[in-house]
Amino acid sequence: MIIAVASGKGGTGKTTVAVNLALSIASQRAGEVDSRTLLLDCDVEEPNAHLFLNPTIERREEVGILIPEVDYDKCTFCGRCAEVCAYHAIAVVKQKVLIFPELCHGCGSCTLNCPEEAIHEVLNVTGAIEEGQAGDIRFAHGILNIGEAMAVPVIHQLKERIGEADLRPQSVVVLDASPGTSCPVVEAMRGADFVLMVTEPTPFGLHDLRLAVEVARDELGLPVGVVINRDGVGDRGVEDYCAAENIPVLMRIPLDRRIAEAYSEGVTMVAAWPEYRERFVELYRSIEKEVA
Amino acid sequence: MKQLVILSGKGGTGKTTVAAALAHLASKETPVVLADADVDAANLELVLSPQVQETHDFVGGQVAVIASDLCTACGVCAEVCRFEAIIPGDETYRVDDIACEGCASCFYQCPVEAIRMEEQVAGRWFRSDTRFGPLFHAHLFAAQENSGKLVTLVKQQGRLRALDEGRELLIVDGPPGIGCPVISASAGADLALLVVEPTVSGIHDLERILATTNHFGVPALVCINKADINPSRADEISAFCAAQGIALLGRVPYDTVVTEAMVQGLPVTEYDNGPVSRELGRVWERVRERLA
Repeated sequence: MIIAVASGKGGTGKTTVAVNLALSIASQRAGEVDSRTLLLDCDVEEPNAHLFLNPTIERREEVGILIPEVDYDKCTFCGRCAEVCAYHAIAVVKQKVLIFPELCHGCGSCTLNCPEEAIHEVLNVTGAIEEGQAGDIRFAHGILNIGEAMAVPVIHQLKERIGEADLRPQSVVVLDASPGTSCPVVEAMRGADFVLMVTEPTPFGLHDLRLAVEVARDELGLPVGVVINRDGVGDRGVEDYCAAENIPVLMRIPLDRRIAEAYSEGVTMVAAWPEYRERFVELYRSIEKEVA
Repeated sequence: MKQLVILSGKGGTGKTTVAAALAHLASKETPVVLADADVDAANLELVLSPQVQETHDFVGGQVAVIASDLCTACGVCAEVCRFEAIIPGDETYRVDDIACEGCASCFYQCPVEAIRMEEQVAGRWFRSDTRFGPLFHAHLFAAQENSGKLVTLVKQQGRLRALDEGRELLIVDGPPGIGCPVISASAGADLALLVVEPTVSGIHDLERILATTNHFGVPALVCINKADINPSRADEISAFCAAQGIALLGRVPYDTVVTEAMVQGLPVTEYDNGPVSRELGRVWERVRERLA
């Protein structure tokens, strides 16, 4: 089971829900051999889950995209590479080929189109993936390097961990997505069995929830459910929308200053209030029913 | 003309709340132009009641389209595609236009010329009137790419309008994160106001957004939102700013009046005169001094 946690709007509690859900599932299943719980923090621009899980990092790998490098012994400066590049990442001027790594998407089209086979590709490092263990949870996150524009390749390589992670039949993977609705969020949601939307009952929360549902349910065709965080603040807009759209509200977390205070110190809800463990296990069970 | 961008790294720290308040306060003193650079999830319009004057299509990039009558299902396109955007079939292949990055690699390699590249309308942008001045904003369609390009467009339009009409300040409400849309939103800014919350993740993300604004040479200022949720973390931010030589402009307290104002569709400073609005008034005064 792969669950992506998303929201559209930032700061609604995605990381809180992802971390507490993973912790609750993992503790309930501790000792079961055919099950593992993984948490992948796909918000590579601002990864935060590690601040709550404090994983021991065992492995760090630099990742990025393959960019062209020209072999000047073979290059005839014909300009074909620049012509086929859809991103204007190559310019051929007189006796030089200029390559702009920050524009390159690593598609490899220049390599394939070069008539002299004068292009090979080298890794342009744009970030890193760190992997480790946090109690019963297998943990990994991606970190985009400062000044780099493209989050998607880092997320993509992070998600390859799902395949490599020695998954058991009953494993659960929780993906913590970034805010927004564009390519990094799509990359995080892709291949998930269920998208859990964390929202707050405010006009901003509702506006961005609608957009996130368009991505997950309408574009990607994935089942969705909602967690209403800070229940009690704001208005009824989110409730009415979910009822009208037939989207199940699977959990409500009350507006409670103590939860915000615990969060501010990096303390998880299940550590501060162990009774929440059962509520997050219930949340997981209701997701299972929705997927079935 | 000066350009002020509101950023945060972490989502949901109050960028739009601050941007709307500054738009309200600044417009009382000087002619302003507003731009919402969070094109994934544009929320400024929810508190400015814009009257849309112009609507334009945004052509983001291209996508590949396979002509099913010409396709021989040879599989070359799927082999060269690095974005897993080709869906194989027995008789004809198809393109997953959400995954397609428009690189045209398949277009060049298809042996029977069954592939064409089509421009894709990826969103819309608007010029609107608000009671505080013109607003440029956009909606990127669900699951689209090129949000950075749309951010640049919205900002450029705002800038041109400000120059045309001799308006002295362009206020840009930025997106969360540190990647492509943030880089586009901060390009050319005279000042970045970073809205931070006093939490472990807020501090972690502040360090990354500040490294990003430094990387691109944009001077930054900090404002703490919901400062009283964790006074000692707020002090930590204050000490961090002092060590970095960055001015801390204010400590806005936590108050549900912010949500009440949002429900009414108003900037908080227009809705209420309490501690939140008074502190935002001081923040504006200090921003104004820095911009002078």
